[in-house]
Amino acid sequence: MASQEIALTANTAPGTSLVDRLHRLVATVDHKELGLMYIGTALIFLVVAGLMAVAIRLQLAIPNNTLLEPEVFNRFFTMHGTAMVFLVGMPIIAGLGNYLVPLMIGTRDMAFPRLNAFGYWMFVFGALLLYFSYLGAPGLNGHGSAPDVGWFAYAPLTGRAFSRGHSTDYWILSLLLTSVGSTVSAINVVATTLTLRCRGMKLMRMPLFVWMMLVTNFMIILALPSLSAAQIMLLIDRYLGGHFFDTQSGGSAVLWQHFFWIFGHPEVYILIIPGFACLSEIIPVFSRKPIFGYPVMVGATTMIAFISFGVWAHHMFTVGMTSVGNTFFAVSTMLVGVPTGIKIFNWLGTIYGGKIRLDLPMIFCLGFLFQFLIAGLTGVMLAVTPFDWQLSDSYFVVAHFHYVLIGGLLYALFAGFYYWYPKAVGRLLNRKLGLWHFWLFTIGFHLTFDTMHFSGLLGMPRRIFTYDVGRGWEMLNLIGSVGAIFQAVGVLCLAINILRSLRHGKVAGNDPWDAWTLEWATTSPPPIYNFESAPVVRSRRPLWDLKHPEDPDWKYEEAGSGEN
Amino acid sequence: MRLRLYRHRKMLRALLFFAFALICVVFAGPVEPVFGNTDGVTSIFRPLSQPAQEIKELSLLVLAICGAIFVVVAGLLVYAIVRFRHRAGDEASEPPQVYGSNQIELAWTVLPLLIVFVLILVTSRTIADIQNRQAPPSAVHATVIGHQWWWEIRYPELGIVTANELHVPTTDGGESRPTFIKLQSADVAHSFWVPLLAGKTDLVPNRENLMWIAPTRPGIYLGNCAEYCGTQHARMLIRVVVQPPDEFQQWVRDQQQSAAIGTSSAEGRKTFFATSCVNCHTISGTAAQGQFGPDLTHLMSRTTLAAGAAPNTPESLRKWIRDPQSIKVGSLMPNMQLTDAEVDQVVAYLQTLK
Repeated sequence: MASQEIALTANTAPGTSLVDRLHRLVATVDHKELGLMYIGTALIFLVVAGLMAVAIRLQLAIPNNTLLEPEVFNRFFTMHGTAMVFLVGMPIIAGLGNYLVPLMIGTRDMAFPRLNAFGYWMFVFGALLLYFSYLGAPGLNGHGSAPDVGWFAYAPLTGRAFSRGHSTDYWILSLLLTSVGSTVSAINVVATTLTLRCRGMKLMRMPLFVWMMLVTNFMIILALPSLSAAQIMLLIDRYLGGHFFDTQSGGSAVLWQHFFWIFGHPEVYILIIPGFACLSEIIPVFSRKPIFGYPVMVGATTMIAFISFGVWAHHMFTVGMTSVGNTFFAVSTMLVGVPTGIKIFNWLGTIYGGKIRLDLPMIFCLGFLFQFLIAGLTGVMLAVTPFDWQLSDSYFVVAHFHYVLIGGLLYALFAGFYYWYPKAVGRLLNRKLGLWHFWLFTIGFHLTFDTMHFSGLLGMPRRIFTYDVGRGWEMLNLIGSVGAIFQAVGVLCLAINILRSLRHGKVAGNDPWDAWTLEWATTSPPPIYNFESAPVVRSRRPLWDLKHPEDPDWKYEEAGSGEN
Repeated sequence: MRLRLYRHRKMLRALLFFAFALICVVFAGPVEPVFGNTDGVTSIFRPLSQPAQEIKELSLLVLAICGAIFVVVAGLLVYAIVRFRHRAGDEASEPPQVYGSNQIELAWTVLPLLIVFVLILVTSRTIADIQNRQAPPSAVHATVIGHQWWWEIRYPELGIVTANELHVPTTDGGESRPTFIKLQSADVAHSFWVPLLAGKTDLVPNRENLMWIAPTRPGIYLGNCAEYCGTQHARMLIRVVVQPPDEFQQWVRDQQQSAAIGTSSAEGRKTFFATSCVNCHTISGTAAQGQFGPDLTHLMSRTTLAAGAAPNTPESLRKWIRDPQSIKVGSLMPNMQLTDAEVDQVVAYLQTLK
């Protein structure tokens, strides 16, 4: 990926020697370069954390396997989860937002370009610190290495009595740093969206992508402090003699869970809403119709954001809450399914009556729709508290959230890559390799995660490094592990495609998909100033208006603003 | 253009075929273990006790509702994709530009709300039913305390302390005799999960949780710790031994006995009491009153060692005492560096603890 960033930089920067390029890399404040750097770095961690997942699957392929020692396995799943959420999901979203939001709202850069660079470098520093734990964390008697407490790091396993050495400290400090990065980047996107829109772009004329990025970044600002505060309290426990979570001195283990999930559940929506954002741009273009029910989509997104702050304890149904507490969180969790369902229906409504072009971005979107539907429905099952008493912390949950984050988010991001890559690079990704990527990855995805639902129903708890013969888990786990190989090869196809198409892809032109939002009005890749003159828009689809002067959107929007 | 169209049709056919193959391979395979009556399999869909039975009934209802939603929505999706796929000549014009419809939006807001309403009613009823159950006078009371990585099991009213194997009586048709279990933790968070009997409940330090089971069929029910608790989370297995009332009574009487003092193993006994074993383990009626490890008073009445990590045979007991790490990496039981002869003696002594 580094080569991609550098190559891109070369298009816009005057100096082309290696030193000039590297200097440009560290000194840049351009939102497009930072956006690509975010995405490139995240993709590297996607590969690293993905390989850890492959190792985990290999260990679980057969019962009583001894490929990985228990400690190594525990570090792997902790690092896999932590890296995928904080070093892959969050930065890819920041990258997409950085790259696309200014282009979509017709402005030249983010509101705070230098803050933007600061956010990126904080993220890189935090990410490196997390992986440096392998070298830096060992303490007295060799205790400690990479974090091994699980990505939600339940107290009091993280206390000094149970987590010796410095693994937990690395976990805390690296995430505090990436959280600072995420927060400033979120503030930047919100400020940019609210203040730098081009003339005519009212809030209700913004592309849905921008709307959803706005909402998701608001959520980042509101959710992350809960995690950071809890982590600082944990540091106080570990080093300053505090007893917040230290149960041996009267602290509360459940308090940590509340703090964590008040962050953790909105976090799930923070991750998936950008997926919705990609879909809401791509599906209309490839169905050749405007998004169905734009204002409802905006409303549903906002509703999701609000409700998602009131559902956190559905991660804690087994912790022994009262029946009233359990019922409350079951109700709020089911309610969040309603706006989510509305979105799926609206995408369906967009497809319905269209002329669907099955190009790569659209194929991944269709994969998303089916898989996210299943993910949503298993989510409803988990919201039914008594059902959750059986399913919680089992492989069913693992299957559910991988369906959300891979079958949902990652498919949407893949769709986004195929869709916007030509804009960023000027060349299209290869269709044949893309299809290989789709099929291999989809087959692998289903082999791995469909089977996990069943091993969960059969009583297999998550985070176990091995299991015995005889409880019906063997075949399911073996199929799941084979699936992991398919997925890895699929991602390899994507990597080859990304690198190869940099030089050999078909030249894209400004607007390869015949799309409607402002980023397609400028060159591919866009010049450093994005637009020669500030655009003026009159509707939600400015390029449609341009291409169809006989039937522009603004006519409809101005006439029927009350209709909708 | 022709080529493009052909590609799309092929793609669609491939998609449909793939979906069908997927359903056959991945979904049909596990149906037997999940819903069938396979031995040893702990499927939550064939429970043998309350409250797991009640949870299953609710779960099947939820599954049916979700399945119906899936069929309808996925069916609509497939229909829309096939019906409105790109065809020859589609380039000529754009489809009609439809921006939305208030009536339709209202419909697909209200319909899910109604479904949610139904789900909330059945859910809250089941929650209250299970959680607010009061213990009848006949109930057995047990306390399970989670340790890294084993289960301490106490019956305060019966004066029994054991480990890793929870014995409970069956519930006879006439007389309901559930077991109410207090859950506590000595160190980090754990979770007690025996899928055939009940949903899981966490064992949280500094907190007391309560759950209950009322199994009807004798047998051995397997379960795991379901909350990640450190290195050997995977090897923290539970066995619930459900016995007919008279067998259970016999077990209670046996457990209430003090440890047998055999003469055949005096050497081993001496070694045991001369090393630090006694600091962690209790053998009732002796000077060994340690609290950190499992109670060994009736060690031989249990079928496994180290929370299910090994069968309770003389060979594995020997291996376990010589080097606990060789059976359970990370185990907190130290290697006492005994000689082979000493290990044999201690094993001989422990085998008298019936």
